[in-house]
Amino acid sequence: MQTFDLGKEGLRALNSSLHALKGQTNMTAWEVINPKGAHAIAAGVDAPVDITVRGSTGYYCAGMNKQATIRIKGSAGPGVAENMMSGTVIIDGNASQYAGATGRGGLLVIKGNASSRCGVSMKGIDIVVHGSIGHMSAFMAQSGNLVVLGDAGDALGDSLYEARLFVRGTVKSLGADCIEKEMRDEHYAILEELLRKGEADHKAKPEEFRRYGSARKLYNFNIDNASSY
Amino acid sequence: MCGIVGLFLKDPKLEPQLGAMLTDMLITMTDRGPDSAGIAIYGGAKDGLGKLTIQSANPTKDFKDLDGDLHDAIGQPVTMLVKSTHAVLEVPLAQMEAARSALSHLRPGVKVMSAGDSIEIFKEVGLPKDVAARFEVSKMKGTHGIGHTRMATESAVTTMGAHPFSTGTDQCLVHNGSLSNHNGVRRELKRLGMTFETENDTEVGAAFISHKLQTGETLGNALEATLTDLDGFFTFVVGTKNGFGVVRDPIACKPAVMAETDQYVAFGSEYRALVNLPGIEDARVWEPEPATVYFWER
Repeated sequence: MQTFDLGKEGLRALNSSLHALKGQTNMTAWEVINPKGAHAIAAGVDAPVDITVRGSTGYYCAGMNKQATIRIKGSAGPGVAENMMSGTVIIDGNASQYAGATGRGGLLVIKGNASSRCGVSMKGIDIVVHGSIGHMSAFMAQSGNLVVLGDAGDALGDSLYEARLFVRGTVKSLGADCIEKEMRDEHYAILEELLRKGEADHKAKPEEFRRYGSARKLYNFNIDNASSY
Repeated sequence: MCGIVGLFLKDPKLEPQLGAMLTDMLITMTDRGPDSAGIAIYGGAKDGLGKLTIQSANPTKDFKDLDGDLHDAIGQPVTMLVKSTHAVLEVPLAQMEAARSALSHLRPGVKVMSAGDSIEIFKEVGLPKDVAARFEVSKMKGTHGIGHTRMATESAVTTMGAHPFSTGTDQCLVHNGSLSNHNGVRRELKRLGMTFETENDTEVGAAFISHKLQTGETLGNALEATLTDLDGFFTFVVGTKNGFGVVRDPIACKPAVMAETDQYVAFGSEYRALVNLPGIEDARVWEPEPATVYFWER
């Protein structure tokens, strides 16, 4: 176990040590202490390592993550796991705005609530939120799955492409071109797998969720809608 | 981008440390706003006396014998404590208006930053650490206070463009964001008798709330009205004699984190600003919801 005191050694030293771990390494377990809300903790990691951050983080923690498993033992600031490529990020507390934004792969688990714009423009990431999410979540989401055990705020899935949105609680309102869709066997299977991987299978069952997706009416320019553009 | 910090103390034992706590929070927010910084601090109200905090670009000249000159003008004793480019004048409450009027004749270059029973406002261009040191903010005592670090967008980097803005007795406001309809709202408020020192958007937000309070609205209703009448991005923190309030626009892209313990309610643009507060590990920490008014009063 490598223990890194962010208060003493500083962010640059941490991230350059983590960036030096290219591909295979025998330093597979890292612990970051005294994060104190610092920005960009463990951003840009590209190695199959386990990193535990003991406390709350600021902007862009675990951004662009590849391969690593990053656990935040606190809450995360804006843009956590933004543009994640692969690997897993697990937050014990809450996440601020645009968690998992533009994520291309991997799994983001938020055990508390996420605020606005969760999964905005997601492109393949899976996001499991044990609590609720704020307004404009999954705006322009392109692919991947967003699973919410609680409620969703206003304008869920506005201008959505092909991401799947599963919400167990209420949805305050759906955004433009986002509609409820039927749950088929394949969706129950996806949910079962994601609830298990997201450490939420003891809290919810696949059949408790509703699915939302794109009505596919905004894909192409439609001359009949010219006056509303 | 700008940084906001705020602290409302519930435990009087912390009052001697208010300035030191706010200074630490303010300096942490330097990279959100290195252009200028300011602080409004509430405390030290004395029976029958009011405070005018004034500022001058030429303090050596303007503050020289100002207490004596004001005494002669209003016929009552005036005390003055000079802090760098600012000075706090203590004036009998009944003579506050007379003192302001005399001041504008005696020292036309002097600006009034705040007026009230307990508010003092200090703000200048420069790094937050330098601004805090210049005014010895860390030595200040009080019940509550608000600080701001500015990264200017809507108007020039000047002392008067720094926050907090005070547009009413014992009132102040700081802002992270930018208002888009401030010119129209300013014209309307001018028509209703409000006066403005700058072309700044935030001053309009402050005057909008002060006007509502003048018409007898509660702080809660005044903050609620910003959601319908002001357009643009805002996280506002507002101070009054008895407390402070917080409101974010419905889009809520300007960050805000709050923490509450038995000893205090704290506001920070980021969690970083709160990490050195006593008992933060066990505080209730949350993000204020969009389009939702919060306020604490004693």
